[in-house]
Amino acid sequence: MRNVMLIARRELAAYLRTMSGYVIIAVMLFIDGLLFNAFAVPGTAKKSSEVLADFFTMTSGITMVGAVFLSMRLIAEERQTGTISLLYSSPLHDVEIVLGKFLAALGFLFVFFASTLYMPALVAAYGKVSLGHVFSGYFGLTLVGAASLAIGAFGSSLTRSQVVAAVLSGVMCLALTTCWLLTKVTDRPLTEIVTQLAWWGHFDAFRTGLVHVKHVTYFALVTFLALFAATRVLEARRWR
Amino acid sequence: MIHVEGLTKYYGQRAAIRDLTFNIEKGEVIGFLGLNGAGKSTTLKVLGCVLLPTSGKVVIDGFDVSKDPHEIRKRIGFLPDTPPLYEEMTVEGYLGFVAELRGVAKADVPARVADAMKKTALSERSGDVIATLSHGFRQRVGLAQALVHNPRLLILDEPTGGLDPVQIVEMRELIRKLKGEHTVLLSSHFLTEISQICDRFLVIQQGEIIAGGSEEELSRKLGGAGTVELELKGVAQKAIDALKPVAGVTDVTVVKLDGERVSLKVEAGAEVRPALVRALVAAGIDVLRVDRAATRLESIFLKLTHGKEAA
Repeated sequence: MRNVMLIARRELAAYLRTMSGYVIIAVMLFIDGLLFNAFAVPGTAKKSSEVLADFFTMTSGITMVGAVFLSMRLIAEERQTGTISLLYSSPLHDVEIVLGKFLAALGFLFVFFASTLYMPALVAAYGKVSLGHVFSGYFGLTLVGAASLAIGAFGSSLTRSQVVAAVLSGVMCLALTTCWLLTKVTDRPLTEIVTQLAWWGHFDAFRTGLVHVKHVTYFALVTFLALFAATRVLEARRWR
Repeated sequence: MIHVEGLTKYYGQRAAIRDLTFNIEKGEVIGFLGLNGAGKSTTLKVLGCVLLPTSGKVVIDGFDVSKDPHEIRKRIGFLPDTPPLYEEMTVEGYLGFVAELRGVAKADVPARVADAMKKTALSERSGDVIATLSHGFRQRVGLAQALVHNPRLLILDEPTGGLDPVQIVEMRELIRKLKGEHTVLLSSHFLTEISQICDRFLVIQQGEIIAGGSEEELSRKLGGAGTVELELKGVAQKAIDALKPVAGVTDVTVVKLDGERVSLKVEAGAEVRPALVRALVAAGIDVLRVDRAATRLESIFLKLTHGKEAA
């Protein structure tokens, strides 16, 4: 655990010392604010809970895209600059490298989440908001962020180019988000499998204020599998 | 300290190194010589536990690379051909991070970092951000990270690569000071640069070790490829007559005549410089300069690699 925290601390400091992390979060916040103003607030009279649910829907999409950009550098940059040799020649397990980097990116993503709190606060100021709904929404966002970052870490482990890493991770996230479309052209039991795989079906509960174990398990499983795959890729590179 | 037997590493279908076998004793400074693509870096990466071997046995300090890589990693300091530096960190912060990464207890980190910076003459730049450092200083930080945890074995892949002549001399001095404290394994294709630091050389070509030994031993194996340059004050013919009978001398030629100053080139198979000076002094000739030709090791290396290619 000491090594994981050591790597996470350095990685988080790298996000805070360089511009790229701030730029990504600033863009995420700007787009989230615009969407909130354009789609969640106006229109016909809505309940506060509906506005909040819309906010979480939009923020989940932005979280996924932002996480892909935040994570594209995690391992690809180490290979690009040659610093991976330092990690490989140190007494570390590959899983410690992957976990440390993942936790740092997740920590930085919390900066984004914290910066979006003013939007639920605005809803609360003009309506009635349940704290449980806010908690459930942010918990869901954390799970979406963790799964996206883990997929990003996996994409980043596959290549030394950060752009290619972002494209690979983006495609994987997009596939999980849009695979429900396949239900229109598939029959049982494939329809059921695709439905269970789809990202959106699992986030829907969180945005409306519900926390179900099966949805938490889904995101935890995606996160675990992606981090496991990233670790195996790092291990395999020692043999190449 | 290091026992390598039948070490082979494949990249896909291509063998980067093939059936390498050698031993390195504790405290030795070994130079790995080879052209680009010969397999030097791959060998050093396997010894540094960055890559795993396809086959063969590598034992460092009693631990097998394949079975106990963590134990070995604690005992080695590795400087790859591109120093692994985090640009946004300060020199001190970076070295502290590396020390902790290599298992140094938190309480000991400041002392270890200070010692590494002292050894590599970086103390004045401890607060500088790495991105702002010149190439020479970056290379020094690379060396400092390799020795910050006081490893028994230092593996340095082309530590003088890309440095200017002054920086090369400085780096050479830094490595020379490490002699005795650590076993050092370094590679270079600037052969004359490492001839002054290393006790022994391993010449690698097309993934195989084609020769090994000290400069003198390699020279002898090739039937004498050594050249000594002399600068004298006196008559050229008299000097030639005095030098030719010296044991080991195979040829003496005049390079330059400038009034009373004479430059000569002496070809010899072994170390003959003391005998040459004695012969000249006995003949009443003033010796202004005696040097081993800078290209000596270069010529040995070229003969070895060309011989291998011809075969």
